[in-house]
Amino acid sequence: MKATYLNSKHKDLGGFMVDFSGWEMPLHYGSQLNEHNEVRTNVGIFDVSHMAVFDLDGEKQEDFLRFLLPNDIKKISGQNKAMYSPMLNYEGGILDDLIVYYLGNKSFRIVSNCATREKNLSWLSKIAEPFDVGIDFKSDYSILALQGPNSHKFIKSHIEKDISKFSVHNTDDAMIASTGYTGELGYEIICDQEKGIKFWNEFVSNDVQPIGLAARDTLRLEAGLNLYGTDMDQTNTPYDSNIGWTIDLNDKDRDFIGKKVLEEKKDSKKILKGFYTEERGVLRGGAEVIFDGGSGVVTSGTWSPTFKKNIGFCRVDKNCGEIGSAVLRDKKITLKFCNTNFLESLK
Amino acid sequence: MSDNEKNLKFLDSHEWARDEDGVVTVGISNHAQELLGDIVYVELPQIGSNVSQKDGVAIVESVKAASDVYSPLTGEIVEINEKLSDNPEIINSSPYEDGWFFKVKPQNINELDEMLDSDAYKKLSEE
Repeated sequence: MKATYLNSKHKDLGGFMVDFSGWEMPLHYGSQLNEHNEVRTNVGIFDVSHMAVFDLDGEKQEDFLRFLLPNDIKKISGQNKAMYSPMLNYEGGILDDLIVYYLGNKSFRIVSNCATREKNLSWLSKIAEPFDVGIDFKSDYSILALQGPNSHKFIKSHIEKDISKFSVHNTDDAMIASTGYTGELGYEIICDQEKGIKFWNEFVSNDVQPIGLAARDTLRLEAGLNLYGTDMDQTNTPYDSNIGWTIDLNDKDRDFIGKKVLEEKKDSKKILKGFYTEERGVLRGGAEVIFDGGSGVVTSGTWSPTFKKNIGFCRVDKNCGEIGSAVLRDKKITLKFCNTNFLESLK
Repeated sequence: MSDNEKNLKFLDSHEWARDEDGVVTVGISNHAQELLGDIVYVELPQIGSNVSQKDGVAIVESVKAASDVYSPLTGEIVEINEKLSDNPEIINSSPYEDGWFFKVKPQNINELDEMLDSDAYKKLSEE
């Protein structure tokens, strides 16, 4: 099994280690609920070095990214910013979702998911070739995520000034960006492994709670953030995955991978909806959802530590109404549909 | 292994049983609660219901997954741990004491002998 550079730190801290896409990662360090609540109310630190970092090289990086992604990098051109986008195939299907960071000097960095690292490397290399853009797979980098309403307190000595959401701050030690996967204020720190250990030790010795993958999943679900491979994959388009907003058609002259097909699929009947139930029991991924006039499927479901009820995403028809039902352990239960961002819709 | 673990009998599906003067208390092992993680729901059997050996009679659900809890013995459910409905986390903090699930009055107490002793269970759970 592969391991991140911080593997022994997780074990020292009592991490319950599991196999995650071939990586030995901490599921939790005792209680995923406590870890979840710590991020919502205070601060926590995640090791997400299993994710893939690709640094671009060459003169035409911007042209390459404008063709590669449906979201338009021009939006953040020349600014110290980050941008979220799915990456599509020529049929408009989602290959992965990722964040592009501007590193300065007309250079960009892509961070994408763990399970897709090898596939992404070959896809990126293939698409980049005609642009004469090099793809440098930084497999020896550490990625830490410091997340929570008090995260600023622990990062401020490393950044000169406050940075707003989706900003990037490049220091000698690390790239620090105000991005994350929790719905909270937070920072992602990308640096070489030795510096990664230093950051980790600094936070942990200041009593920042380490957070495992289990809480990472409940945090992202509550925040309405899709998980690639679970809530969307190659069989989906951004339109039926609640991320239609990433398709930037403002520049009529710009071509990008999947554009033509997406124009036809714009009026997708399916969408990702949030749901919650007041009943006991957790409706999980794969469960069938019935609504007036059709049926759909749960893509992610969990017990929400913040709202103390069953929540999830389901792919249903646009006109699914407000209420649906499902069968859980031979019992019919009622679902209420809502916006996928539960931090807003259940507030 | 803790003292309270030593005197228990186990199923390979991670239930434990303790004979207390002919009534058998049942719960899930420490190993099982570790595997499940934070427990959020429990469904318990009805008092007075008759259950058969290896029947799924209760359900324990964590944030991660739901799992059946089997009765190690045939008999009648005589008591359930009502506290678990509102405070299922007791199972995580005290699997062998406060976190018990139900009590069975067995038809045949000798069925206990078919269960694993703590050493055999420990070996199994370490595999």
